[in-house]
Amino acid sequence: MQLTLGPVLYHWSPERWRDFHYRIADEAPVDTVVVGEAVCSKRAPFKQDHVAGVVERLEAAGKRVLHASLILVSLPRERRQARELMQAPEALVEVNDLSCLASLAPKPFAVGPFVNVYNEMAAGFLARRGAQRICLPPELPLSAAATIAAALPQVAIEVFAFGKLPLAISARCYHARAHKLTKDNCRFVCEQDPDGMPVRTLDGAGFLSVNGVQTLSHGCASLLGDIPALRQAGLASLRLSPQGCDMVAVARLFREVADGRLDPEEGERRLGELYPDQPLVNGFLHAAPGHRHVGAGAGGGRGAGTSAGGG
Amino acid sequence: MELICPAGTPASLEAAVTAGADAVYCGFRDETNARNFPGLNFSREELRKGIAFAHRHGVKVLVAINTFARAGSFGLWQSAIDDAVAAGADALILADLATLDYAASRHPAQRLHVSVQAGAANPDAIRFYVESFGVRRVVLPRVLNVTEIAAIVPETGCETEVFVFGGLCVMEEGRCSLSSYATGQSPNMNGVCSPASHVAYAERGGRIVSTLGGFTINSFGKDEPAGYPTLCKGRFAVPTGSGYIFEEPVSLDAAVMLPALSKAGVTALKIEGRQRGRAYIAQVVRHFREILAAFEQGREVRPAGLAAMAEGQASTAGAYRRGWR
Repeated sequence: MQLTLGPVLYHWSPERWRDFHYRIADEAPVDTVVVGEAVCSKRAPFKQDHVAGVVERLEAAGKRVLHASLILVSLPRERRQARELMQAPEALVEVNDLSCLASLAPKPFAVGPFVNVYNEMAAGFLARRGAQRICLPPELPLSAAATIAAALPQVAIEVFAFGKLPLAISARCYHARAHKLTKDNCRFVCEQDPDGMPVRTLDGAGFLSVNGVQTLSHGCASLLGDIPALRQAGLASLRLSPQGCDMVAVARLFREVADGRLDPEEGERRLGELYPDQPLVNGFLHAAPGHRHVGAGAGGGRGAGTSAGGG
Repeated sequence: MELICPAGTPASLEAAVTAGADAVYCGFRDETNARNFPGLNFSREELRKGIAFAHRHGVKVLVAINTFARAGSFGLWQSAIDDAVAAGADALILADLATLDYAASRHPAQRLHVSVQAGAANPDAIRFYVESFGVRRVVLPRVLNVTEIAAIVPETGCETEVFVFGGLCVMEEGRCSLSSYATGQSPNMNGVCSPASHVAYAERGGRIVSTLGGFTINSFGKDEPAGYPTLCKGRFAVPTGSGYIFEEPVSLDAAVMLPALSKAGVTALKIEGRQRGRAYIAQVVRHFREILAAFEQGREVRPAGLAAMAEGQASTAGAYRRGWR
């Protein structure tokens, strides 16, 4: 089972972003790292100066590097960025919007979790165009992931295995809105919430998390307990999405469970300690509401467990 | 500009045709379309009859097969496509690469439209759909402003259709799993958003509280009407305060934008609301037919009088206007 570190979705300071990746390069047992800004094109210039150094360090450590495209491309500047990314001869791109394929030089690419691949036919279409890796949308159940993986043995099929779930993207910036600003004049207030801005229900239950134009879940995905089933279903890779916790330790936990050196249940207990106060969820994989945690061996075992704050 | 009107039932189809639609759109009674609500939509036989009725009146019928096919079950989507073509649909409205690929290769003469659920938000994405599947029209997501729409038309050579009235998605369509996070049911997979089966209302401390999948979406005082808990239009708490952090419970009314949309080169104006009854459909269609007629005759466009029909009493021109973001 491979491990992929997804792109940092939050607006971290350039130095924090750089040092985070340096440490990943040096210490994290991941095979692939996705770099770049996927959420908001206004943030991209901040980390631009550090990208080359980060890529070099990651590659020197033997990691495969993917360059993430933007999720929602609408401005001329964003279209230009996507085109340049697709035409850079050396960069392996993780396509997060199909507009990238219009300008694709004939080279292999990866597909990110923001492209709607819900079935083996769509996956097959992209594979014929050159997709070598596909990270499936987080809301897909295991049955769909298994069908897709079985139909396309030549493509590395990946599932979203750790991190707050990316649930929606908009043209409107909800961080700016919460601060009574507009997107054009946002003052980069999203930088104040390096792990997302918590959205609670009016009765105080954790529900969602705002990251600029993106909305994420409050619950943190953890498919640690599902790794045996995922392996059996032929899934090739697990995606770990960077959160404000020790991601090197998170990657080690996933590595140990995937290698059969650590019991999944003990792994989840330790994961809870690494990222405290965050409910761990895996409902989507079990065709249940995404905020739920379904116990290992569901269908027989513990079944649908506690709700992650929905009540 | 063409007026594209919703038909959730055969009765609504007839109402829309009679009230002045240029085309109606509808779907089959299953999970292949994005308005998979109980009691709605068309059987095969109803679609055949509906198309015959519409064609007798010179009105087109567009069939929405715009959810994403369930892995391992493509047969359901495949038969929806084949049956819609056989019934004489004037166009299919598709979102999934799988359905587009199948329809384009199996039915090359069939006119295809890209559904709003595909989230084709820029000329490059549209060009991808045109070049890959020969699509003739794209329904634009409700995240673009008029300036951006005006830039799309000349660059792609593809017809554009935009929503002008009804429900308003504030997230990019086709890329939103908020509903399934709370309820397990999503627009992409099940054709539903914030489904009524997961909605509950309760009285707490003298207030009416609405919930979706167990999460509180809103809370209303005695003098406030308790609106439907559509997830993205609920009241929530963030560290800077509480309120409608995504969008107010408003619906879209872009009637005032008609001249600008025409100038932008838009081909068709779309009314949302296949879940609405035929009286509503008739009134909204007639209203927009009158506005369009006034506009085309060079008379002043004075859209008024539909406020009561709008979902949350209040309406907005949404993302079409600058400053919404």
